[in-house]
Amino acid sequence: MKLLLPKSRGQALALLAATPDAVPMAGGTDLLVHWPLRTAEHDRTYLDLSPLSDLKGVRWEEGALVLGGLATYWDVIRDARAAQELPLLVEAARQVGAVQIQARGTWAGNIVNASPAADGVPVLMAYDAVVVLESVRGRVEVPLAEFYLGYKQMRRAADELIVAIRVPRRTYALQRFFKVGARRAQAIAKVGLAVTRSSAGWRVVAASMAPTIRRCPSLERLLEDGAAIRSPDDVLPALTRDVSPIDDIRSSATYRRQVMARVLYDAVRGS
Amino acid sequence: MSPRSFRAVYSPPVDRLEGLAKLTGRERYVDDLPLDEFLWGATVRSPAPRGRITDVRFGPGVDWSQFTIVDHRDIPGPNVIALIENDQPVLAAGSVRHVHEPVLLLAHPDREALRRAVAAVAISVAPEPAALDFRLPPAPEAIQYGSDNILKHLSISKGDVERALAAAPIVVEGTYETGAQEHVYLEPQGMIAQLDGDVLVLRGSMQCPYYVLKALRVALGRDERQLRVVQTPTGGGFGGKEEFPSTIALHTALLSLKSGKMVKMVYDRSEDMAATTKRHPALVRHRTGVATDGRLLAQDIAVIMDGGAYVTLSPVVLSRGIIHAAGPYACDHVRIDGRAMFTNAVPFGAFRGFGAPQTHFANERHMDRIAARLGLDPAELRRRNLLRDGQSTATGQVIHDGTDRVALLDRALSLAGYGAKRAAHASHNAASATTRRGIGIATFHHGAGFTGSGEVALASRLHVAGLPDGRVEVRSANIEMGQGTLTVFTALAAARLGLELSDVVIAEADTSRVPNSGPTVASRTAMVVGHLVELACDALRARVDLDASATGETVRNALRRWHEHHPGEDLVGEAVYQRPPGISWDDSTYRGDAYATFGWGAYVAEVEVDLRTWQTRVTDFVALQEVGHVLNECLARGQIQGGVAQAIGWALLEECRWRDGAMANAQLTNYLIPTSDDLPPIRVAFVENPYPLGAQGAKGLGELPMDGPAAAILNAVAAATGADPCTIPLTPERLMEIADWGLRIADSRGEGTAS
Amino acid sequence: MSGQSTIHNPQSAISITFTLNGSTISVEVDPAERLLDTLRYRLGLTGTKEGCGEGECGACTVYLDGLPVNSCLVPIYQVRGCQVETVESLDPAMLQPLLASGATQCGACTPGVAMTACWIREHRELLATHSIRELLAGNLCRCTGYDGIVDGIQTSLEVGA
Repeated sequence: MKLLLPKSRGQALALLAATPDAVPMAGGTDLLVHWPLRTAEHDRTYLDLSPLSDLKGVRWEEGALVLGGLATYWDVIRDARAAQELPLLVEAARQVGAVQIQARGTWAGNIVNASPAADGVPVLMAYDAVVVLESVRGRVEVPLAEFYLGYKQMRRAADELIVAIRVPRRTYALQRFFKVGARRAQAIAKVGLAVTRSSAGWRVVAASMAPTIRRCPSLERLLEDGAAIRSPDDVLPALTRDVSPIDDIRSSATYRRQVMARVLYDAVRGS
Repeated sequence: MSPRSFRAVYSPPVDRLEGLAKLTGRERYVDDLPLDEFLWGATVRSPAPRGRITDVRFGPGVDWSQFTIVDHRDIPGPNVIALIENDQPVLAAGSVRHVHEPVLLLAHPDREALRRAVAAVAISVAPEPAALDFRLPPAPEAIQYGSDNILKHLSISKGDVERALAAAPIVVEGTYETGAQEHVYLEPQGMIAQLDGDVLVLRGSMQCPYYVLKALRVALGRDERQLRVVQTPTGGGFGGKEEFPSTIALHTALLSLKSGKMVKMVYDRSEDMAATTKRHPALVRHRTGVATDGRLLAQDIAVIMDGGAYVTLSPVVLSRGIIHAAGPYACDHVRIDGRAMFTNAVPFGAFRGFGAPQTHFANERHMDRIAARLGLDPAELRRRNLLRDGQSTATGQVIHDGTDRVALLDRALSLAGYGAKRAAHASHNAASATTRRGIGIATFHHGAGFTGSGEVALASRLHVAGLPDGRVEVRSANIEMGQGTLTVFTALAAARLGLELSDVVIAEADTSRVPNSGPTVASRTAMVVGHLVELACDALRARVDLDASATGETVRNALRRWHEHHPGEDLVGEAVYQRPPGISWDDSTYRGDAYATFGWGAYVAEVEVDLRTWQTRVTDFVALQEVGHVLNECLARGQIQGGVAQAIGWALLEECRWRDGAMANAQLTNYLIPTSDDLPPIRVAFVENPYPLGAQGAKGLGELPMDGPAAAILNAVAAATGADPCTIPLTPERLMEIADWGLRIADSRGEGTAS
Repeated sequence: MSGQSTIHNPQSAISITFTLNGSTISVEVDPAERLLDTLRYRLGLTGTKEGCGEGECGACTVYLDGLPVNSCLVPIYQVRGCQVETVESLDPAMLQPLLASGATQCGACTPGVAMTACWIREHRELLATHSIRELLAGNLCRCTGYDGIVDGIQTSLEVGA
């Protein structure tokens, strides 16, 4: 194993530029799973981000909540203002693993791990979060909704680090998050759904329903149009256009589709 | 043995004696023992469910000369893991019968190098047709055991079922299915082997040191005096460390013998989940003749269990399963047919309840189906059929223990608020757009100790030694794995001899020092072996000429004095199991007293089902049981709560997903057991009716809580939803398939979903 | 070296300094080790158990800079300069309520449970937003059904109030 141990953000970016196959290591809650058995992973190069203190924690700015590149779920859970202004972040964070994972897992890590079942990504996407990437070449901002290109494919170059996630501060008329897991804690989502409504319009974001977490344009249009939705069946056609769930060891495509329709219906009825 | 007075019961209860060592992390399990130089051992396993091994290739990039490599040719004795039938090889020789079957063993000082080496061995198997579904008759080319793949066929017959069914006004049928369950003891399997002179010493996590000893003696062709098996503190077993440790012990031993070094094997969680035993999957069919008033007229029951690729303990699991299959009910005409099937699955094995949870689930779910058919309250149906003293079970065992099983049920209903809740649920369900609530019950029993003449065959022996310093030492092969053996044995011996707890030492379960008091299984430890502790205490008293009134310093002085007069000698009181009077069992006909005594349970579960997600949440649970005298309330309650939790997992969550005979979800991320947040407080209560032949009046209780919850929960789901679930685990996906109700919503009335 | 980044070469040990149970220690480790491995196999602190190696069971719970974490998911190189506390640092007197309530049976999950329980006791302000059962959900126990643990934590909160 080769280790890159930077002491600052600048050093980290320089090392990453020189060693683009290095794997940035944040909280380790994904990369260390079954670590002793994954011997091939031991031969790779790792860039330790943990000393980069300016990437830690969360910061409130005039128009946005800024999650540092190393901000953890626990940072958000313990931020009283987050529970007030952006409650879905707290709700989602509390459903990531359990405290031991929340204390170490980072929002940025959740984004770049790119699991279709990620818990943190749907709510960020429903809040129109923007990913801030930095490299020795400069700084780039990408809306999270445009970040994923396909399964585990994303708009992050090998020399780039997520240094921040900016979540705009808005007034929401409706905000809902559902994680349907096989148990209440420590479960991988079988269905995830984040729904918001603000002056920017409706956002419907689905998890575990497609190769990536994604916004659902047909469902959003259905809601924008104010079409009458009298039962879960009324959202199914649009839902079927937006997502393509699969059968796997955790659940079935039928279950995922039905449940998403039902929780979505439940979220938006009467609104 | 005559009933004796109950003297000096320790109450208020004794805290778990080794509890603080466990809480502070001082307790040392097998992987915690400080070792000097040793090798790590690992197993290379079959990639296929059935076939001929055509090639074993040692890949490049590994210096194989640094590894100890063992295959079946290194086994000194016969290549068998001795158990009921000697059909399971220690290491596959030529062919394999299941995925993950051990083929090769490797050892190396560095664990990482070892893991890389395991991955570098390629075993080629020419596949042959495998039997992978125990529910279907095997294809001719997949027959591998006898002429039909039936590992064991057993039946019970009472009265004339066909005639009674033909005459019955109502016949209710049902088919019920239960899945495999993984034990998930938190400490994985682990073992250390080391030669001490010419004695091969095995230390590890296990329930039955003498089972391991026997397996080593046979396959290593080694005299028992050259073998020593020592149990290390065991981080959970639940049956998973009953027979399996013989396998890992043999593997570790072979590596140690070949390398001449100490060898340690500790499975990682994925290997433990993928390659060790599970609870037997089962399919149970019921055909029941019922009178219009609900009396059971005939019970015709067929039980099929998946035994997996070797016999292991399947015959006795099947036996306990069918004996319990008709439930705690009186019925004059009963036929139970049981088959354990060979399949090319990883062998199934002992798991808390040992076949009874599967058959009780079917029977108790079926009782609710009968109640629904008759339009009768499920509680009332059970009241009308529960065994009264003087009536007999399916095997013809007449029950006369003085326990009022109807009163037990009624007390459970009252603790649960059954009537009021049923009414409240009805109004909730009429009003709620998103949830349904229901309550369900199960009444059941569990035979304590070995089945039939099993305890007689075991002929357990136990010693209580008087030590020169006036203390006593209990020498038994029964082990602590969380259920409280150390605490209970200590309290029993202290009470029996009138000593302080600090005067009692429990010997390490080391086969070179303790006699064979039998395995730590079958809810027998406190009741059967605990009573041997008492009798051995009495024998010790007799050896030093003390009468029953002597206590404390008088006893200690007598022990010290004896040693002063017999320096260097061993002062031992011995007890040997004796068949209880009036008990008889015929193994050829399966008639008679299947167990010396039964524990009785009446459980009530309350659930809420989310109509949006089909998720079921247990919101209240009442577990009431009669288990004789309760020796230690805290320990007993903990056994019940833990068993109920394990059964809730089995009922709703825990599912092994099979792919070509292998478990596809062999990780704790994908095989989910309940967390603290998934369970309600489990409300436990006991009715005490001392059993004269158990220690201080105790009966076995450890397995009972596994028997009732699954049916109680599914009965509650049925009550809540109108669905008729017959398969566990009842995952949301399964419930969706059988209860595809619409989401009944009126926007004006819907409950808001707080988020 | 200060201010310079470090490039660690393959196959060689790395020197790590951190605070363990109140004392500063330096150890030479294989950089591929997890904190759990270093504690158990290098430092002999076997109170911390490995139950799954995948961050599910919580048997390996330690405090890292004051927060409970799964030490099986912490690369050892990330504890440089950190405060690590293990079950060996707990005051046995604080564990008495857990003993009396039946919080331990087989004991394999117990050190992790004790760590989480003591952390809850020290951070009772969390109970304004979280239930004990939610905070405990990262510690799987297969023996107790959790009631004995939850009761013990409840008692320890009352005793310590």
